[in-house]
Amino acid sequence: MSEETFKHWDIERQDNGIVWLGMDVENSSTNVLSATVLAELYQILSKLSKQTLTGIAITSNKNKGFIAGADVKEFTQISNQQEALELVQYGQNVFKLLDNMPCATIAVINGFCMGGGLELALACDYRVALEDAKTRLSLPEVRLGIHPGYGGTVRILRHVNPLIAMDLMLTGRSVSASYAKKIGLIDDAIPMRLLHSGADKMLLSKPNKKKAPKISKILNNRLIRPIIAMQMRKQVAKKAKPEHYPAPYAIINHWQKYYGNEDIMLQHEAQSVATLSISDTTRNLVRVFLLQDELKALATSAPDNEHEKIKHVHIIGAGVMGGDIATWCASQGLQVTLQDLKAESLAKAKQRAYRYFKKRLKKPLLIKVAMDRFTLDVNGYGIPKADIVIEAIFENKEAKRDLYASIEPKLKSNALIVTNTSSIEIEQLCDAITDPTRLVGLHFFNPVTKMPLIEIVKGAQTNSNITQRAINFAKQIGKLPLPTKSSPGFLVNRILTPYMIEAGLLHETGHSIKDIDHAAKEFGMPMGPVELADTVGLDVGLHVGKLLSGAYGYDIPNSFEAMVNKGYLGKKSGQGFYTWKKAKKIAPKEKSTKSDHKIIQDRLILRFLNEAVACHREGVVANKDLLDAGIIFGTGFAPFRGGPINYIESMGAAAMHRSLNQLNIKHGDRYMPDSGWQNLKQ
Amino acid sequence: MSKNNVYIVDGSRSPFLKARGRPGHFQASDLAVQSATPLLMRQPFEPEELDEVIVGCVGPSADEVNIARVVSLRLGCGDNVPAWTVQRNCASGMQSIDSAFSNILLGKSDLVLAGGAEAMSHSPVLFNHHMVNWLADLNRAKTPLKKIKTITQLRPKFFTPVIGLLKGLTDPVVGLSMGQTAENVAQKFNISRHDMDQYAVDSHLRLVHAQENGYFDNEMVHVYDDEGNTYYKDDGVRPDSSTEKLAKLRPVFDKKYGNITAGNSAQITDGASWLLLASERAVKKHNLSVMGRLVASNWAGLDPRHMGLGPVHSTIPMLGEHNLSANDIDYWELNEAFAAQVLGCLAAWKDPEYCKEHFDLDSAFGEVPHEKLNVDGGAISMGHPVGASGTRIVHHLLNVLQRNNAKLGVATICIGGGQGGAMLVENLQ
Repeated sequence: MSEETFKHWDIERQDNGIVWLGMDVENSSTNVLSATVLAELYQILSKLSKQTLTGIAITSNKNKGFIAGADVKEFTQISNQQEALELVQYGQNVFKLLDNMPCATIAVINGFCMGGGLELALACDYRVALEDAKTRLSLPEVRLGIHPGYGGTVRILRHVNPLIAMDLMLTGRSVSASYAKKIGLIDDAIPMRLLHSGADKMLLSKPNKKKAPKISKILNNRLIRPIIAMQMRKQVAKKAKPEHYPAPYAIINHWQKYYGNEDIMLQHEAQSVATLSISDTTRNLVRVFLLQDELKALATSAPDNEHEKIKHVHIIGAGVMGGDIATWCASQGLQVTLQDLKAESLAKAKQRAYRYFKKRLKKPLLIKVAMDRFTLDVNGYGIPKADIVIEAIFENKEAKRDLYASIEPKLKSNALIVTNTSSIEIEQLCDAITDPTRLVGLHFFNPVTKMPLIEIVKGAQTNSNITQRAINFAKQIGKLPLPTKSSPGFLVNRILTPYMIEAGLLHETGHSIKDIDHAAKEFGMPMGPVELADTVGLDVGLHVGKLLSGAYGYDIPNSFEAMVNKGYLGKKSGQGFYTWKKAKKIAPKEKSTKSDHKIIQDRLILRFLNEAVACHREGVVANKDLLDAGIIFGTGFAPFRGGPINYIESMGAAAMHRSLNQLNIKHGDRYMPDSGWQNLKQ
Repeated sequence: MSKNNVYIVDGSRSPFLKARGRPGHFQASDLAVQSATPLLMRQPFEPEELDEVIVGCVGPSADEVNIARVVSLRLGCGDNVPAWTVQRNCASGMQSIDSAFSNILLGKSDLVLAGGAEAMSHSPVLFNHHMVNWLADLNRAKTPLKKIKTITQLRPKFFTPVIGLLKGLTDPVVGLSMGQTAENVAQKFNISRHDMDQYAVDSHLRLVHAQENGYFDNEMVHVYDDEGNTYYKDDGVRPDSSTEKLAKLRPVFDKKYGNITAGNSAQITDGASWLLLASERAVKKHNLSVMGRLVASNWAGLDPRHMGLGPVHSTIPMLGEHNLSANDIDYWELNEAFAAQVLGCLAAWKDPEYCKEHFDLDSAFGEVPHEKLNVDGGAISMGHPVGASGTRIVHHLLNVLQRNNAKLGVATICIGGGQGGAMLVENLQ
């Protein structure tokens, strides 16, 4: 029997009556469930449903991952709710067909499995996943402002305790294969050597399908659901406000109101997703998601050129930054040497690395493997072996220059020389070496293991091939590269500094730090500016502030200097604006000025935005999109607003410009609107 | 330079860390990896270019049985570099060098990483045979009744543990502990308690002097635990050691009438030590600068009851074959298992009767002056991680020769079970 061929699916019939459907989406490195992929699946399943089969196994024929989810780009083309509804209902129908196949079905999850991919798996009778660190399962739709729409909200409850199922959907977090097995999301986690034969065995023996644990019946009870839902809303409210992020609340409502009848629940799921998908929040979150891809795409695909591949990173300076960069690189599979004059500093860095690996990797063997890649190198033996040398010593121009001059002769001829300076321009450093074109800045953010962005700072004379290799390196270690001009503060610090200064000024003029931070968080900032200053360290903030105030001409509140002189350095010293006890902040008793809420917010945010506009006008980064992306990933700027420039243009630049002018009249020059406002959408 | 030359290119070691009653921070493989990483990193070749890795280790942990392979892979030498573990008790770390020496001479290898590692603080505590049998019975008891019956047979003495370390330090053939063999040597050569203690004090003071002058800086590397600490010193040293203090210690092995105490014996210690050996071809290929040349090696057997005299038995034939006398040797490293045993060797070398009886020499082999022997201390002050000491003394000997612009040196070691090992090296720096 000759098999019809499909663009995105390979069909393989085995003698034992099992059909293997291998997904292999054309012209894509990963599998995504676009409309045409779904259409083909529908066609294939319709045909197979008329045949007598032992079973169907669905897997990925890509060498990387199972299914990454729905095609997010298709999302951006939806113009109204009806269109969205039709798209979602189509997907639901495909998975309904899969769910109702006459023969047994199994999803063989051989790698990451996200969103629609997991929904597809949930529509199969059985699910097995590859037991491997790269296999992660998740329903991350909430991060795009929506929730699962292809029956995921319904079918997951067949197998998983609703408290856990809801947690997965509300946080979008991913779980390992072994954890997925524990909670019933999959039937088994199987090592590679037995994955195929194990799936065959399952289809041949047809064991009972996994059911949600007994307690679920009680938790899903009509009378219990409202109580649990209320608790969940409280939990969610701590992280996301309903006016900013409606999706999690929609997920809770959906379960509370419609659990019980799967058909009705499916109908409502589609309605709810359709409504959410055309909201501003979703549009902006999708924009952020795509911007992330745009940053990743700045890297040229893995260099075939063996000699440009980074295998060994040498880092000089084992302070918190250097140590954490080393830890991160080792966690990403690179050979790392960390150098410092003091063995004691290296020992502390190793302790931090160990703690990080222990928390993240858990298994002693994995920890040992990671630690063996993390070599402490008091002698600098790693310098001639390294493909990239990252300097992360203290911010002193002369010391850095001396260091570059001393290491340059020892380096491999094609090794990158990188500075992690946060405040010194590359031009002031690069002529310390004979070939100034090879120095480039990679500005990591603290804490390195959590912050996704790296500013790639190109000096005037940095060779563009070197810059490209630095971008590629950022991508290689799983970070987002943002090419930035080498002007004082680059992008992120430049924008954050006046914003934090404004918070200081507000405080000096009688507003409580609680109110100040509250106003920023109300806007959608992940952390208030005062707390941010305490977290960064007031000494570090003051140092950067002084440098930038010289370059951009603004004053630093006296209170900053006074506090640093008293040894109040913020979180790390236990006392800053807040008092810090065991990493928890305690606000001082201050009179609230809540009535001035809007004024506080405007003063903070407009100053932030004005600086963003200036950066845009000066071309600190190449374009609006990159600027928005950099600010979102570098500062956490309210993602649901889609970035500062996007926010300005969606609100209208003219109105904000007027508000700035008013502040300028009232509070002086620091509110002088940048000339760049004229060029934005009014 | 000739085709048959075997060169010692470089070496490194961890600090020797005294066992302090409970397992130390590092397994033997951890110390081996941490001390070899800088050594390999400063070479102009990649670890994958080694021909083999050989490690001496008396008692690897249960999860590092072929410890050489474990270490080799953890060092990034790659899948294709073979690695094997050698065991000749206290000389295991010298055996690894000798195995490298042989394979290079035979032309089978050109570039070998050889060393030794031991974490004596991790030596196992075992169930005794009563307990093992009882557990086996319990496992076999299938019915509840039989299980209960077996359980009632459990006795308190089953819980008495077997200390692996003590077993290892006892000769199973003659039934003597190592310390008792040293008592034998002391008795044979009439070595007094005071002489032993004096020797031990000298060992400590020499080590202090060497530490103060940075004599170990070019052989030791930092090691780091996971809790924020770094180690860069042989920490068994006692700068305040004195014969008065040592005189107060009680004998350990022959408790009532003996003379061997913890103070005049080698310490129980964790450590790792490495040498990189190369053929003429490898030296040329990678343009290596060399420390010295391994000229000869020799192993000898003797009465296990006098195992401490092993150095005498291994050195005399080796030097005889090269027509060298005691005076031709500039510096000596004789592993300090026991002060009594070191002093016994010195006595035997200059004892015409002993030399006649055992080596058919017409006169005594000669005098090895204390000023040329163990000039920077030894196992009594820095400890004796049994797998590592053999490598350390060869490496350190080359450093001593270099520091003193001297040419020839002998490193030698006594071996539990009645053997001795010796190596003759030439400084080329």
